Amino acid sequence: MFIKQLTVFIENRAGRLEEVAQVLKDNDINIKSMSLADTSDYGLLRFILSDSEKAVKVLKDAGFSAMAADVIAVKLTQQVGQLSELLNVLSSASVNVEYMYGLTSDDQSAFIVLKTNDQNKALEAIKASSFELFTA
Amino acid sequence: MIWNEARECMSRDEMTNLQSSRLKKVVNRVYHNVEPYRKKMQEAGLELADINSIEDITKLPFTTKDDLRDNYPFGLFAVPLSEIVRVHASSGTTGKATVVGYTRKDIDVWAECVARCCAMAGLGRDDIIQVAYGYGLFTGGLGGHYGAEHLGATVVPMSVGNTQKLIDMMIDFGATGLMCTPSYLMHIAEVIEEMGVKDKIKLKATLNGAEPWTENMRTQIEQRLGIKAHDIYGLSEIMGPGVANDCEYHEGLHVYEDHFFAEVIDPNTLKPVADGETGELVITTLTKEGIPLIRYRTKDLTSITHEKCRCGRTTARISRFKGRSDDMLIIRGVNVFPSQVEAALLTVDGITPNYQIIVDRVNHQDTLAILVEIEERFFSDEIKELENLQKKIEHAVHQGIGLNAKIKLVEPKTIERSMGKAVRVIDKRKLV
Repeated sequence: MFIKQLTVFIENRAGRLEEVAQVLKDNDINIKSMSLADTSDYGLLRFILSDSEKAVKVLKDAGFSAMAADVIAVKLTQQVGQLSELLNVLSSASVNVEYMYGLTSDDQSAFIVLKTNDQNKALEAIKASSFELFTA
Repeated sequence: MIWNEARECMSRDEMTNLQSSRLKKVVNRVYHNVEPYRKKMQEAGLELADINSIEDITKLPFTTKDDLRDNYPFGLFAVPLSEIVRVHASSGTTGKATVVGYTRKDIDVWAECVARCCAMAGLGRDDIIQVAYGYGLFTGGLGGHYGAEHLGATVVPMSVGNTQKLIDMMIDFGATGLMCTPSYLMHIAEVIEEMGVKDKIKLKATLNGAEPWTENMRTQIEQRLGIKAHDIYGLSEIMGPGVANDCEYHEGLHVYEDHFFAEVIDPNTLKPVADGETGELVITTLTKEGIPLIRYRTKDLTSITHEKCRCGRTTARISRFKGRSDDMLIIRGVNVFPSQVEAALLTVDGITPNYQIIVDRVNHQDTLAILVEIEERFFSDEIKELENLQKKIEHAVHQGIGLNAKIKLVEPKTIERSMGKAVRVIDKRKLV
């Protein structure tokens, strides 16, 4: 019940991000969500895409370092304290969050993407809780 | 001042006679005591009787760093270990050090040579000299130390590391001489300026070596500190610092020819080139007992002149170094071969990644960066993992070459390739 996330390594150079977007566009791949983790020399682009497998292939062909990884997407309702509650579920299971970012949100709900140090354990803990997983 | 006028101002005839007799003796010694030399001579069809004068030196086979490595650690020593009172070592191309041994007399000769250098720089027994080369296996520290002591100066063994303390002592002791690498001298000058203590220092002269530097750097440092800076040359295989040094006229470095015979050869044809022409410096140790080296190829590019110098010395002079005939880099005084970096990278993951070494000089300090192309097997979706990888590589490089390097991860296939081959080294330092 994981979803695929695509990660791309890009150096901090003008135009690199645009090239990644261009490759995705040329191959008719839709970006559902993204986040960028940056250091002084390089960044890691993380995407949730309409077709991750295809994206890995086309980005590699275009000379990028790209990989697909399993992440967890969870539905939160638009209510105060939801994130805190979710994190409580994870910390109670001794799971540590490596990174997280928003996937989509509307008036009623928000989806977030999670990567933890133990994805299976995290998945079990969330399943056992009142939270809903997103499995598009 | 000329420390040893009898030796440094000899007529050419006298020098040639002295060199001829010393060459015969040293060849005789290695032939009888060092098997690899004897084998090499026999293979070349040479007998002792073929070596009668210094001109015959061109008949002798060359010696290279590989010979030292192949006979690691003591295989080229010409005396029993009971006669060896000290060893030094420098880094080799594959991580194995090249080891040199000194008899008591070798240490004395070394001190004599360094004393000549100090005198050439205008220093003497009334001076206080700080030695700020590293003390240890590296020849700089102890070599400078013994020479300055032999000169009769008051020696302060600073070693490297604590610049603040060095300057404090320079002021408190009224130090007048300093021995260190040129880039460290530039750093010291900067700290002196930052501290605003230039008017408190009594420094007169410095002897700087172990890494290439420029006339420009010298002029600049001399003006900034109001001192005289001298270029001292040496290499551990031959002895250490003090093989040659430049006098107040700075028109080449005087080679102590009574101990070291210098030839300049074409590195391709291996034939001697004419005076004034650039080639590779080849040195024969004429008096060394511990590990005599016959026609050692230094890989340093220079030219030579045998004309008498305005300072009165008649010894041959070699020009400021013009580069290397191999791919060795000298970074912050440390010898680095690209193959060593490659070997270090190999320890991280077992497979050599695509890499590029970038050496630069920022504010007169050498910088070392290594670009490493990110590959599938290194890749992760977590920054933490990539940072761990960088740290692992940094550690491996430090273990391998003894220098800190900045590791930069770059995208695949972005390292410049020339004719399909990755360009491994970019040296941005302007030294000639």
